[in-house]
Formats: sequence, C-alpha cells, structure tokens
Amino acid sequence: MKYVMQFALILAVSFVGEILNFLIPLPIPASIYGIIILFLCLEFKIIKLSWVKDVGTFLIAAMPVMFIPAGVGLMASWNILRPSIVAYAVITLVTTVVVMAASGLATQLVIKLRNRGEGKKNG
Amino acid sequence: MAEFFETTVFFGVLISLASYGLGMMLKKKLRLAIFNPLLVAIVLVVVFLLVFDMDYETYQGSAKYLSYFLTPATVCLAIPLYEQFERLRKNAAAVIVGITTGVITSLSSVLLLSCIFGLSHADYVTLLPKSITTAIGMGVSDELGGYVAITVAVIITTGILGNMIAELVCKIFRITHPIAKGIGIGSASHAIGTTKAMELGETEGAMSSLSIVVSGFLTVILAGIFANFM
Repeated sequence: MKYVMQFALILAVSFVGEILNFLIPLPIPASIYGIIILFLCLEFKIIKLSWVKDVGTFLIAAMPVMFIPAGVGLMASWNILRPSIVAYAVITLVTTVVVMAASGLATQLVIKLRNRGEGKKNG
Repeated sequence: MAEFFETTVFFGVLISLASYGLGMMLKKKLRLAIFNPLLVAIVLVVVFLLVFDMDYETYQGSAKYLSYFLTPATVCLAIPLYEQFERLRKNAAAVIVGITTGVITSLSSVLLLSCIFGLSHADYVTLLPKSITTAIGMGVSDELGGYVAITVAVIITTGILGNMIAELVCKIFRITHPIAKGIGIGSASHAIGTTKAMELGETEGAMSSLSIVVSGFLTVILAGIFANFM
C-alpha cells in the first residue's frame, strides 16, 4: 500500500502541474510546475520526504528508459531533418560541448574564488 | 501476424526495455562512452523496426506507456533538489552565475553558428531552445515561428549527446567540483543529461535538476530577445 500511496501523491502533484499548465498561458510544461510544487511542499513540510522517497527514487532511476520512445521518434523526423542535416549536426554537437564547458567552468570559478576569499578572511 | 503487432500494447515497451538491458550489458563489458545504454537502446529499436518493417506509429502505440511516466519522474527531481538544498543555498552565487552563463552561451553560440552556416531565420529560431527541456523548448520554438518537429529532434539529440559526452567534457575541461559538473550537464543537456548526472552523484543530480528548471525559464525570457538578432 505504501508504494501505491506514494505514487498517487506524485501523480497528484503532476496533476496540479497539468492544471497550472492549462491555466497559465506560458510554454511551461506540467512537469516543471510539478518540480516547483513538490519542492515547496517538501521545504514547507506539507509533504514529508518519506511520503514520496521510495517511489521517487525508483522513477528517477528508471528515467533513461522513458526517453527511448522519443529517441526512436528521431527516425520519423529523418525526412524533415535531411536537407540541413550537416548544419544541424555540427551546431548541436558544438553548442552542447561549449555550453557544458562554459557553465561548468563558470560555476567552478565562482566556487573557487569564494573559497579563496573565505580562506583569506579566516587566515 | 502484422495485424497483431498493430494491436499489442506490451511489445513496444518490451523491446525498449530489452534493448536498454542489452545496452547496460555492453557498457559493463566494454566500458566505452559510445556504448551509452540509452543510445544503444534507441539504435537497437530503430534497427529492429527497420528490419521487421514495423511503423514508428505502431511502436509508439505501445511505447507511449513508457513516456507516460516522464512527467511524474521529472516531478520527482524535486526530491534530490530538496535533499541538497542546504548545499545549493551555500553556493547560490556560483549556481546562478553558472546557469546564466550556460543559457547565454547556448543562445549566442546558436546565433554565431547559424550565421556561419547561413541558416534562415526560421532555422535559427528552431535551434535557439535546443539546450532546454523538450516541452518548454517546443513552446519557445512555436512562439518564435520555428519548426517544432525539428526543435524536438534537436533537443532529444542534444540530450542524448550530453548524456554520452558528459564525463569526457568534464575531464577535458577539468570540471571536478560536483556542483559545477551538475550545473554544466543540466544547463547543456536538460533531463536526458540529468539522468547521467544522477549516476555521477546526488549533488550532481540535484544541481542538474535545478538547471533544467532555471535554464528553462531563463530561455523563455531571453530567446525572444535573441530572435531579433538574426
């Protein structure tokens, strides 16, 4: 029963997300509203961590397989992708690497600068 | 027999899971980044459908039950986020700078490369939301007059690619801090990349989850401005 109720609670949050997606005229999907709602509910102790933890951990672990259908869907888009495939492929590869490196390095730089600053204060 | 395959609801899910299982085995045995279980699973399913001349729609009719769990699973990303919130708050400045850098780098690198390749305005806005989560990206592309189907394809490809190369990119650019790794992976490759961040560690996963949300919102705001640049 524990798992059933945990799943029900997660679906309830997803459902509220769906309602917000319907009511608010922005391209924000139900899942994003859902993350925010569940986070706020956990933070303000409206939902206890133990009420969602087990099923949540399972769903997150199983997430990669949920993307298989979308990936296979690329097959159906082949005809519309073909004319500009080289440009699309190069842009996708280059930007993915550049963005990952830039945001990772920027984060790391700020952390290092702050740690150094704190070290000076303490020393 | 062909008629039967058009009505089965278990087969699509079954070959997806079996292919993923094979992908996991290959990864364990060969330890090569190219044998990413998600990529292997997708390729195996595509090859299977082509060999047995099965329509994508037929497969999707069954496999959609896997996609059904995507929204509740994404919602659950709030759990690691909550568990790691103290750590996040202590590094708030780094996190904000990191994600903002990611979004601006994404938009401006798409702009630059679109100019180099001489793409049309429609192609350019199609690519603008490529680093954010699919559902938000579709909305942005649609609003700016892009080709939504291509946007979806590019976003999914970006995610799979990010998932595959995350460890390599962090190694090459010497990104070693778990928070920095998570922010980099999430900002570049949304939820599909986040599944890799989750494997790397709890902090990486939580930071990557946060990046999906923040970079999604930031892109909604900034893509409209960037659309005017070309």
